[in-house]
Amino acid sequence: MVSPVTDDREEIALNEAFQAKVDAELKIEPKDWMPEGYRRTLIRQMSQHAHSEVVGMLPEGNWLTRAPSLKRKGVLMAKIQDEGGHGLYLYSAAETLGISRDEMYEQLHTGKAKYSSIFNYPTLNWADVGAIGWLVDGAAITNQIALCRCSYGPYARAMVKVCKEESFHQRQGYEIMMVMAEGTKEQKAMAQDALNRWWWPALMMFGPHDSESTHSTQNMKWKIKRTSNDELRQRFIDATVPQAEYLDLTIPDDKLKWNEEKQSYDWGEIDWDEFANVVAGNGLCNRERLQTRRDAHDGGKWVRDAALAYAEKRKKRAAKQAA
Amino acid sequence: MSNTASELPLYEVFIRSKNGLHHKHVGSLHASDDEMALTNARDVYTRRSEGVSIWVVKTDNVVASQPEDKASFYDPNDDKMYRHPTFYNIPDEVGHM
Repeated sequence: MVSPVTDDREEIALNEAFQAKVDAELKIEPKDWMPEGYRRTLIRQMSQHAHSEVVGMLPEGNWLTRAPSLKRKGVLMAKIQDEGGHGLYLYSAAETLGISRDEMYEQLHTGKAKYSSIFNYPTLNWADVGAIGWLVDGAAITNQIALCRCSYGPYARAMVKVCKEESFHQRQGYEIMMVMAEGTKEQKAMAQDALNRWWWPALMMFGPHDSESTHSTQNMKWKIKRTSNDELRQRFIDATVPQAEYLDLTIPDDKLKWNEEKQSYDWGEIDWDEFANVVAGNGLCNRERLQTRRDAHDGGKWVRDAALAYAEKRKKRAAKQAA
Repeated sequence: MSNTASELPLYEVFIRSKNGLHHKHVGSLHASDDEMALTNARDVYTRRSEGVSIWVVKTDNVVASQPEDKASFYDPNDDKMYRHPTFYNIPDEVGHM
């Protein structure tokens, strides 16, 4: 093990060697020396990412029994199972940094750790499930593709796996939107309503403007973050607007306009008060989501206890037979 | 830092994606025993036929080298250039060897 670094000069040398490695695009692996700030930032970001995957199952879970066909139920179940899997990849990657699974759950359940605010919005009609796949997973993919090149090996590898699986999520969502948009007048209105409600929260998923983003500079230097919030958001908008046009749906932003010179879209402004409010815990579903998570964890306790007791019993029985 | 007293044990998961290839580390998971570790590994890491064979190993049983020992640990082999084919001068007329 590393002995506690008491010498400042030694610490500076270690820091420099670390930064040189990062600059050379070498990956940092779990047992390598890393600055405490790097470790803390990654633990925060990765655990919150994991929490987002897990809480992200809840808005869609509401629709499992009400999905309109057996096919849609099967698809939705598979997608939700993937989200759970993504949470598990990320939790296990975060554990390599020295935080335990229980600590992470504790932080989520006490509200100490955040998860993506998007999941504090309700899913009111079936088209919401389509809009989530198309927009929320679409925004998440845009973010996660950039994270595949993160300097921390286990995080980057988990992201590669997640990105491979997310593509299906976005496509199934867009297909739901296609069917709704081509359906009856009422169905098309539902699709438009879902787009109206999910568009701005999806843009908020990329976080504050670069000028307001507190950790960005250091995280870019450490290559935890590879692309800025505003750049990713713009990338998402440019990719998504034509998709909305194909559906013949209207994006709820009257300032949205193609900018020939920039070769990308100009658009309005996010309601940052709403963003701050939802992050602070006052969104429509914050309390409900967290309570559901706590209940699920507490409700599963007897299963974990029973599994451990069974493992213990079998171990004892095997030892007896061997004796 | 960690309080893992009540946690299910941690396992490392290795998957052979197809015959002819090595098992490769893919991540870890928690399970109460070996059997649960194997079925959980199937559910978590092979939802899209990513594997034909899975190994699970309790993390406690993995013995690993330390990155900070890298120099002294690998040094002894670094100065034995005679292990490499390019160490030997063979005339071109001998042909490919």
